[in-house]
This record gives sequence, C-alpha cells and structure tokens, in this order.
Amino acid sequence: MTHQLAAYTTSTGEAFQFWVLGTVAVIGALCTVFMKKAVHSALCLAGTMIVLAVFYLANGAYFLGVVQIVVYTGAIMMLFLFVVMLVGVTAADSLKETIKGQRWLALLCGLGFGILLVAGIGNAALTEFNGLGQANSGGNVEGLAALIFTDYVFAFELTGALLITAAVGAMVLTHRERTERAKTQRELAEQRVREGKHLPPLPAPGVYARHNAVDIAGLLPDGTPSELTVSKTLRDRGQVRDVSAEALSDLKALEQRAEDRLERTNSGKSGEASK
Amino acid sequence: MNPVNYLYLAALLFTIGATGVLIRRNAIVVFMCVELMLNACNLALVAFSRMHGNLDGQIIAFFTMVVAAAEVVVGLAIIVSLFRSRHSASVDDASLMKL
Amino acid sequence: MENLIALLIAAPLLGAAVLLCGGRRLDAVGHWIGTVLAAASFVVGVVLFADMLGKDPENRAMHQFLFSWIPVGGFQADVAFQLDQLSMTFVLLITGVGSLIHVYSIGYMEHDERRRRFFGYLNLFLAAMLLLVLADNYLLLYVGWEGVGLASYLLIGFWQHKPSAATAAKKAFLVNRVGDVGLSIAIMLMFTTFGTFAFGPVLEATGEATEGKLTAIGLMLLLAACGKSAQVPLQSWLGDAMEGPTPVSALIHAATMVTAGVYLIVRSADIFNAAPDAQLVTTVVGAVTLLFGAIVGCAKDDIKKALAGSTMSQIGYMVLAAGLGPIGYVFAIMHLVTHGFFKAGLFLGAGSVMHGMNDEVDMRKYGGLRTYMPITFITFGLGYLAIIGFPGLSGFFSKDKIIEAAFAKGGTEGWILGGVALLGAAITAFYMTRVMLMTFFGEERWRNQPTASPAEPDVEPAAEHHGAAASDHVAAATGEPHPHESPRVMTIPMIVLAVGSVFAGGFFSIGDRFIHWLEPVTGHAHGHPPIGAAAVTASTVAVMVLGVGLAWLQYGRRPVPVVAPRGSLLTRAARRDLYQDDFNHVVLVRGGEHLTRSLVYVDHTLVDGVVNGTAAGMGGLSGRLRRIQNGYARSYAVSMFGGAAILIAATLLMRAV
Repeated sequence: MTHQLAAYTTSTGEAFQFWVLGTVAVIGALCTVFMKKAVHSALCLAGTMIVLAVFYLANGAYFLGVVQIVVYTGAIMMLFLFVVMLVGVTAADSLKETIKGQRWLALLCGLGFGILLVAGIGNAALTEFNGLGQANSGGNVEGLAALIFTDYVFAFELTGALLITAAVGAMVLTHRERTERAKTQRELAEQRVREGKHLPPLPAPGVYARHNAVDIAGLLPDGTPSELTVSKTLRDRGQVRDVSAEALSDLKALEQRAEDRLERTNSGKSGEASK
Repeated sequence: MNPVNYLYLAALLFTIGATGVLIRRNAIVVFMCVELMLNACNLALVAFSRMHGNLDGQIIAFFTMVVAAAEVVVGLAIIVSLFRSRHSASVDDASLMKL
Repeated sequence: MENLIALLIAAPLLGAAVLLCGGRRLDAVGHWIGTVLAAASFVVGVVLFADMLGKDPENRAMHQFLFSWIPVGGFQADVAFQLDQLSMTFVLLITGVGSLIHVYSIGYMEHDERRRRFFGYLNLFLAAMLLLVLADNYLLLYVGWEGVGLASYLLIGFWQHKPSAATAAKKAFLVNRVGDVGLSIAIMLMFTTFGTFAFGPVLEATGEATEGKLTAIGLMLLLAACGKSAQVPLQSWLGDAMEGPTPVSALIHAATMVTAGVYLIVRSADIFNAAPDAQLVTTVVGAVTLLFGAIVGCAKDDIKKALAGSTMSQIGYMVLAAGLGPIGYVFAIMHLVTHGFFKAGLFLGAGSVMHGMNDEVDMRKYGGLRTYMPITFITFGLGYLAIIGFPGLSGFFSKDKIIEAAFAKGGTEGWILGGVALLGAAITAFYMTRVMLMTFFGEERWRNQPTASPAEPDVEPAAEHHGAAASDHVAAATGEPHPHESPRVMTIPMIVLAVGSVFAGGFFSIGDRFIHWLEPVTGHAHGHPPIGAAAVTASTVAVMVLGVGLAWLQYGRRPVPVVAPRGSLLTRAARRDLYQDDFNHVVLVRGGEHLTRSLVYVDHTLVDGVVNGTAAGMGGLSGRLRRIQNGYARSYAVSMFGGAAILIAATLLMRAV
C-alpha cells in the first residue's frame, strides 16, 4: 500500500473510496449546518469526521487518522453532546433568520469564497505528487515523533502549556464559587411576600390531565391556562396543550358522571339548597 | 484520480462550515461548524503532506488538533457560562456590541 | 577711542535701569541721577567729537564691534556701532538738547509724584535714540527705532489717569506700528536682495540691485519715516501726542525722535539716489506735509498743538530736502539741527508759559504776557525769529538753502516744489507771528478768566495731575491766573537753546562748514536754482515779511476774541486737523469694520458652512453607517468573511496579472 501511495495518480480503489466517502462527508457537513436540532448536527458532524479519518489513513497519515477517531470523534464530539444536553433546547434552534439579509449575504459570501478557493486550487501548479513512501519508510508514528521532538519541540512544549491553560480556563469559567450563604426556605418565602408576586406556591401541572399530565397547563380560577405550570423546555418547543376551551364542558360531564355514579341527583341538589 | 481532489473537498467543507457559522444562531452549532472548518484545513494539510513527500503537513495538522481540543474546552465553557447568565445559547442574544 | 561709543548708550541705559528698578528710595535723587547720566553721555559725545575733528575728514568714521547677536548661517546680526559725521551730529544734538531738557524737567516736574519714573523714561528714550543713530546695521537700528517708539508711548501716556493722554499714547503707538511694518519689510527686502543688512555692504552694493527692488526698499523706508516723523499720511498722531508733558514734546516730538525718519532717509542715501521714483515720492510727501502742517498750525488755539503743526511742517521741509538727493541731504540735516534748537526752545517756552498760567493751553486766554515773563518772552521771541527765517538767525540759513535746493531740482518739479516751499515759508511766518502775538502781546485776556485748569477739591490728585503748576497755585487756580517767570532751572536751558537758535545757522554756514563736515558721509552736489540764489533769498525774505504782515493785520491790530469765532470753511477744517482723523475714521476704521464684517460673513457662511456641512455630512453618513453596527456577532462575521474573500480575489488577480 505504501508503494501505491507514492504514485502520481491513485489506485482505482482509492478513487472509488474518495467519491463515495467524499459524498458522504459533504452530505454530513450540509446536515451539520441545516439540521434543526443540535443533537442531529453533532451526529452528522461526527459522521463527517469519521470519513475524514478514513481519508487521513488513505493519505498515509495513519497516526492522525487514529487520533481523529479517538480524540475528535470520541472525545470532542462527546463533549459537544454533553453541552447540548446541559444547555437543553432553546429558541436558538429555530432556523428562522432574524437579521435582515444575513442569510443571503452569508450564502453569497460563501459561494464567492468557495468559487475563489476552487479557482485558486485550479490555478496552482499542483502537478507533482511525491507520495509519502519515503517519509513513512521508518513508520509513520516514528517519523512524526522524530519531527515533533526535534524541529517542533518548542511548539510541542507550547501546546502542552496551552492545554493546561485551557483546562484551568474552562474550570475558572464554569466554576461558580458560592460567595454568600444559601437562602433558607423561610427567607425565600419572606422574599416572595416582599416582592408581591406568586404568593402561593406555583400551581402544579397535570390538573385535569387526560394524556400526559406534564404538557397540559393548569387552569387558573377563571378557566384560563397558566404558563407557569409547564416546564420551560416544553413551552419553548410549543408542546403545551391548552385545555381551557374544553375544560368547562369536560368539568360538567365529569360532575354529571359523578352524580350518576353516586345516584344522588335530587338529594345532592336538595342538600346544596339546604346549605 | 488526481489527489488534488482532496483539496477541492477540503475547500468545499471549509466553505460549508463558514457558511454555517454565518447562518446558525445556536452557539453550539456555530461551534461545530468551526470544528468542521478546522477539519477541512487538516484534510488539506494531510493532502499537502502527501504532495510534498514529507511529514511536516501532518505535524501541523496534529498541532491543529491539539489547539482545537483546547479551543473546544474553553469555548464550551464559555457557552455554558453564557447560558447560565442569559438562559440562552443564541449568539444573537449576546448583542452587547451595539451601542 | 572707539570703545567709548558703547559708553554713549550705556550711560542713559544704566540711568533708566537704575531709576525704573530702583523703587521709591531713589525718589529724592532720581532726577539728579538721570540728568547727570544724560550729561555724562553728552560729555562722552564731546570727547569723541574732539577726537573726530583731529582726524582726516575721509577717515573720521569709527566702528565698534560689541558682540555677535544672531549668527545663523548666512544671517549675521551683530551688535556693532558706527560713528561717523552724520551719527556724530545726531549724538551731539540728542545728548545736548536731551541734557538741557533733563535740567528743565527738574523744575517742570518738580511737584509730580512720579518724577523719578519720568526721568527713567527720558533716559530710556536717550539710550534708544542713541542706539538708533549709532547702529551699524538696519536690524540694530530697528531695535532703537522700536525703543524710541516705546519711550514715546510711555511718555505721551505719562499722565495715564487722563483718558485723553492714554488714548493719545495708544494712537501714537498704533500709527507708528504701521510705519514700523514698512521698516521691517525694507529690512527683509534688503536681506533677500543683498544677503545682509549692515549699512556698509548694503549701501556699497546698491549698484548690483535692480531699480525696481531699490524703489521698493526706498518706498518701504519712506513709509517707516512717515510713521516716525509724522508725515502724510501717517501724521495724525503728532497733534495728540501733545498730551504728554511739555519737556517730552520738546525733546521727543520736536527735536529728536520725529527727525529719525529724516535720519533714516539720509542714512540710506545711496538707495534713494539709485531709485528716482522713491525720491520723487519722498519730495511729494515732504511738500504735502509741509503745507498740511502749516495750515493746521494756523488754526489751532492750543499753543502746543500749533507748535506741533509747525513741527510737522518743518519736518516736511527736511523730508523734502532729503528727497532732493545730494543737493539736499546736507541741508536736511542742517535744518534738522537748527530746528532741534529753536523748536525745543519754543516748546520749552510754551511749557514755561503754561507753568505760569496754571497749565492753560488756549492762546485765546493769554495775551500781554511779555511783561510778566520777560525771559520766556525773549527766548521764545528769538526762537520765533529763527523759525520764520529772520535774516541772520539759524532758521534763515537752513530754510533758505532748502528752498534754493527745491528750485534747483530743475524743471516743472523744481518750480512746483520751490513754490510750495516758499508758500510754506509764508504760512510759517503767519502762524508763528499769530502764536507770538496772541501769547505775548495784546490785551490781557486772562483777566477775570477762571482758567481751564481743573481745581479738584483734594490737593493730592491735583499735584499728581499737573506736576509743575497746579499745586503751586491751588489758590490761584480757583480764580484768575497770576503769570510769573519760571524758576532758573527752567530758564537756563531756554537761554542756552535760544543762543543756539540764533547762532547755529550762521556758525554752520560760514565757509560752508556744515557741508564740508557731512560731505564725506552723504555726499553733496551744489544745486543751481534757475532764478539765482540771491533772488531766492530775496523772495524768501519777502514772503516772510508778507506772512508776518498778514498775521499782524489780523491779530495785532484787532483785538483777539476770547471765544474762537466760527471762522471760514478752511479754518474749521484746519481746526479739525484738515479732517485727518475723520478721514482715518471713515476710510480705515469704517473700512476695516466693513472688511472684518464681510470677512465674518464669509467665515460664517462659507468657511463655517463647509466645516459644519462636512460635520453634518459625516454625522448623517455615520448615522446611516451606524445601522451596520447592529451588535450581532454574525453580521460582523459576514463582513470578515467577505473581506477574506476579497483578499483572496485580490491575491489571485495579482498573480494573474
């Protein structure tokens, strides 16, 4: 295989591999951009990266190919998924453009940029392919190691420092030190009274539930649904079910059924009247 | 097949990534697009390495990966703290640069 | 011997420094310090003069190099002095008359609280004037020129509590600035033309310059002379300068400073000789001023202003003579010297009269004073005879020579200039006789006339006000004046000056002494008037008699009214200085106002319009551009991305090209 890589043109096998996997990579990239949900985007990106890892291997960069799979696809993309989970679903997931003209400008710039890049590559005199047979003769990892620990040793040391700094920085950014005592329940209640909003506890969801109690808003005394009773994520997704319209008729039917069950239609009424 | 095609593929992926950065509002997706652009560059570097017959390109790609890892760590930390303070991961919500 | 030259200037300069910095503890002796140092300067001058007389006439010039002032490449400004016959003449006149006036001032300013300061200013003036005449280059001359201007300003405004004095000082200063600009331009022209401004090199090199440049330099020098010597059109300040104390009028505004313009022209003789147009303008300026001053002098009732008009007119004679070229230079200087004597004497006489009359200056309130102040009368009378050119007295010799030289100019010009000079002589005789008659003869119009001298209730300011006279006669000031002769410290200088007025002209003319004395410096050509020298002399005497006779008819035979009659149109014009201030006001002040107003308009509309328009345009543009700054990071990213695309395009384009 090493000898084949040294050739000017590639083998048919590689060509086949390029066209198939290249198409997959491009589709993956496009999906990354246009998928509505961040989780899907992350998965598509992971696919593209795996394809790229294969291309690295095909180009004789065995070490990098493995690193690509282990580090990128394995570690970094998982990190992304964790953050997606942490952040949850937000309005940012909407693909609706809010800045006027931004999408058109972006597409125009992208198109122009791409054409220019392609033109640049086409113009460049890239006729000579030496192949990596010579360079990889002592083994790809050994070759890289020889370079890293000789010519690039300073850069290598610097990346070590960079990684430590990044780790410390991430900790500093995400770590919140509690600078004051946590409020007790009593204090929280007093604060609520002081602010004058929501004196009673928030209404619980699922009142008058019929299917999935969590997505149905509780009703206020006047029959209107309360937004506060459903979780924010559901509200953002627009998955709240409003029962206010059917609530009253349902209530009447429910009461009727209860009366029937208890067979005290008349006595109940007289009982109410006597009260 | 001419190995130059790898370069065309890299250019294409880079452009798609860049356009994605411009179009998407979700900071996490924007960040993924940045990673896509970095990977496109890496592909180009690996192709160059093969073209020139030495390993320097691969070394650079290797460093790019290291830097990208550091960047992801810090960037995701920023997104998390941003989300904590603004309850939103939208880059448009952080529009304090306007007067 | 050369090293004494600096001493001439150093003595009065030291006096000025000591008196002005010394403070009140010198009040008691200040005037003596000033007088002694002025006299010391005169003694040094006499010593140098004696030394000079012992030398060969061609080698009498002395030079003293003190230090290099501004040595910058080709620009060499030195503090160096040149003492030749011309400078010597001025030195003796300045220090001599100056010393006498110092002595006179001791008496005149006796009751002024600020007498020490007055003597300090006088010494400062002497130092500056000596620097002016001793400098060996135009730049140093300019320093002296500005120095005398400063001293003049300080002395005119000496009684600064009077608004009129303060205004007059400012006026003199401002009008002089106009002339000074001319001098500075002339110096710059000299530097660009000759590469130097020392007298020797410049005057030797006049042959190398084009006539146009020399004419320009000459006209600029003439402008400077006009400012300093109160010649038309910069004459307006001299009349108002009489607000200063009388000794100042005598020293600065009659004998010395106002003649600096004549000195400048004569000193630059070679430039004017090579520029006939400039010479012609000079003669015209002189002739016009000569008549102008004489006419103004005829109408003034203020004795000092009448004498100021006379001064203007006499300097007009000098400028006229200086404009005539080599046939006139010597006579210009000769008239300058004799004028220095008799005009200083006349002013001191006028001061003495005022001293005796509670500072009254209106001649219509004088009359018959000859018996009350005999010495003043005699000295003033001798000065009077000298100025009208009575045969045998000094004014006769010098003025007659100038009239001769004017006729000798030749052609129509000669006739016109000569005629003007003759007419001026007649008018001089008229107005001087008028002054004489109104002051010393006729009925005693000051009887039962409370004088104009303000009698303030508190004595202190009055003493400060009117130095000499007022506090002496506080009692008299409330009623009619009691004319009396001045103390001896004032009369002696008058007597000395009267002797000079009588004999100087004759002394200079016998054997053409003055011509031989100055000829090595200024050159001399003998002029031949077309009608013969004797005829000119005869006509001069005739017009003089005519002028005296006319004045006697009007002011001697008839009583002089105390309140001035309305007078003819010309009289009224002359009383207002021939409308010179109105002219200045209408043409220069109003014109300047209109100019500035239109400039302000242009500034408001055009300049401000452009500036504000640019600002508003920028503001509008920024307001629109600001919309681009929407604060969204993605918008900025688009710009960056577009910029990167443009950079790639440019790179590719450059490679393709």
